[in-house]
Amino acid sequence: MIGRRSFLVTTLMAFGFAFLYIPILSMIVFSFNESRLVTVWAGFSTKWYVELFQNEQIINAAKLSLRIAAINATGAVILGTLAGFALSRFRRFKGRTLMTGMTTAPLVMPEVITGLSMLLLFVAMEHMFGWPAGRGVTTITIAHITFSMAYVTVVIQSRLSTLDESLEEAAMDLGARPWKVFAVITLPIIFPAILAGWLLAFTLSWDDLVITSFVSGPGSSTLPLVIFSKVRLGVSPDINALATLMVAVVAIGIVSAGLYMQRQERRRERDVQAALAANQ
Amino acid sequence: MANPRPEQKLEPWKDPAATPYIRIEKVTKKFGDFVAVDDVSLSIYRGEIFCLLGASGCGKTTLLRMLAGFEEPTAGKMWIDGADMQGIPPYKRPVNMMFQSYALFPHMTVEQNVAFGLKQDKLPRAEIKDRVNAILELVKMTQFAGRKPHQLSGGQRQRVALARSLVKQPKLMLLDEPLGALDKKLREHTQFELVNIQEKLGVTFVVVTHDQEEAMTLASRIGVMNHGKIVQVGTPSDIYEFPISRFVADFVGSVNMFEGTLIEDEPDYVRVASKELGGNFYVNHGVSAPPDATVWVALRPEKIVIAREPPASDDEDNRVRGVVKEIAYLGDVSVYLVQLASGRMVRVTRPNMRRQAAAFDRITWDEEVWLSWDPSSPVVVTQ
Repeated sequence: MIGRRSFLVTTLMAFGFAFLYIPILSMIVFSFNESRLVTVWAGFSTKWYVELFQNEQIINAAKLSLRIAAINATGAVILGTLAGFALSRFRRFKGRTLMTGMTTAPLVMPEVITGLSMLLLFVAMEHMFGWPAGRGVTTITIAHITFSMAYVTVVIQSRLSTLDESLEEAAMDLGARPWKVFAVITLPIIFPAILAGWLLAFTLSWDDLVITSFVSGPGSSTLPLVIFSKVRLGVSPDINALATLMVAVVAIGIVSAGLYMQRQERRRERDVQAALAANQ
Repeated sequence: MANPRPEQKLEPWKDPAATPYIRIEKVTKKFGDFVAVDDVSLSIYRGEIFCLLGASGCGKTTLLRMLAGFEEPTAGKMWIDGADMQGIPPYKRPVNMMFQSYALFPHMTVEQNVAFGLKQDKLPRAEIKDRVNAILELVKMTQFAGRKPHQLSGGQRQRVALARSLVKQPKLMLLDEPLGALDKKLREHTQFELVNIQEKLGVTFVVVTHDQEEAMTLASRIGVMNHGKIVQVGTPSDIYEFPISRFVADFVGSVNMFEGTLIEDEPDYVRVASKELGGNFYVNHGVSAPPDATVWVALRPEKIVIAREPPASDDEDNRVRGVVKEIAYLGDVSVYLVQLASGRMVRVTRPNMRRQAAAFDRITWDEEVWLSWDPSSPVVVTQ
């Protein structure tokens, strides 16, 4: 009975993993394909990687994307932390419900609508104040911050709501002013959440296509825009190579973060056990 | 009222010339429509351990938080050491609080936690180090100075929290259920430790607790709270022996409460007829109530004598017959539940002064017994 159940579990798990990872796996395999034809295997080669690093358009787009993603993540974390703090710490203020709804609305808003409204806003602003002049890196960054801030707010708010408020009160009671309390107590304690929010905002910006395509201008092609425009002309193996590199970076990041957290948790548990044993 | 109170050393609250260290005047705190603290006035003196005792939700913690500055009173005023506290933020008050959850900063070591308050005062580094070491010595935590809070046991955390508040040498310390998270043995030990430290440093303590035993051990005076109001303030023995209302009598310790009618009311004694008792109480203290008023007589279980034979005196009052229905053996005492003719159950406790060997002839189930008590034992309350 148990044997059969474990067989069932294994099968389901295998099916699930296959469903998730076979497409990625096939992409990785074909990135090492000798042939220009994407679906025909013609032997192992790394020539597409070489070609990729010689493709200035892609390298520049990747650099631009990284820059935008980093600026966006930093901006979103600052604004999102402030918003999350306001929402979880000031329980009663006018328009609180409205603010909660408005900050989380971008999570469920169709990207097409966000992108379109952003574009309209930027055009109107340019007419009225002359800023931002045209569409480009600035408008992309602003648009990215706007929608990724909502995600950061949710992450920070949920972390703050589990944070014992008496920690902040204790710091204040011991003579620290509110800003000092925030800087030396709240911020260090919620730092993992801030880091998580930063990474989330970074990836959101890194792979955003829809909103970017509305607010980008000439000379501001991010990596997803470049990939998308290339793929429209047919999938080429160097895109496979690029995607494989992106998967590798993401995988290394996730695995090392996971290992780090696991180690922290184990150490914590060991310490708690030791403290309890010492207390006996 | 002519209560025969035991002789006491002179205490500041009895001295009309003494100026209170904390003065709370008609303080009310509302959260929306909910009245958490209702028109409380209170004076607390230097060097006291004052316990606010009450069930959860009675407003005691809110009152404490108002003293710390985390809440502003909706109405009324508070003075600490002569200074009006209105609008003074927590970080400017001469007060330190020890939180129920201890609120130790998880990302700092024991040493850094304790030093935090001194760093805010921008003291020289050498002085901070000396004071931190001295206070860690006092709470016996020197060897754990480098540990993080999650590496400590509950008792150790409690001591660190205490050290962190004490190191600033506050004149007033607020403690919110300081021993709530400790197990019973550790609690008793820590209670005495707290009192020792308080006496050594001469700090004024205001303690919030729902545990009457804790309040009894720690307090110089207790303020019993109910529904946001202070219902009685007094020394532990005042509160226990002379409760002024049914609520206080019932909340502090266990009590047998009898409803009755005042039939004789003289300055030095009263007689109360009680149907529930099936007889009269003769109480050797007067009460201020109109004749024939309905009053309640509170009688503590340990003040009742249980015996097979009727008491020696011929007095008809302060005695009643009953049948033992339940016995609970608690080790140090036994609790008897005795049913009276009226059907009313009376709780009697009796210390187990002799070891209960099998041969020992003790009162047992369904035996008919006499209950009696001294005229000084019952307390008559009118509300």
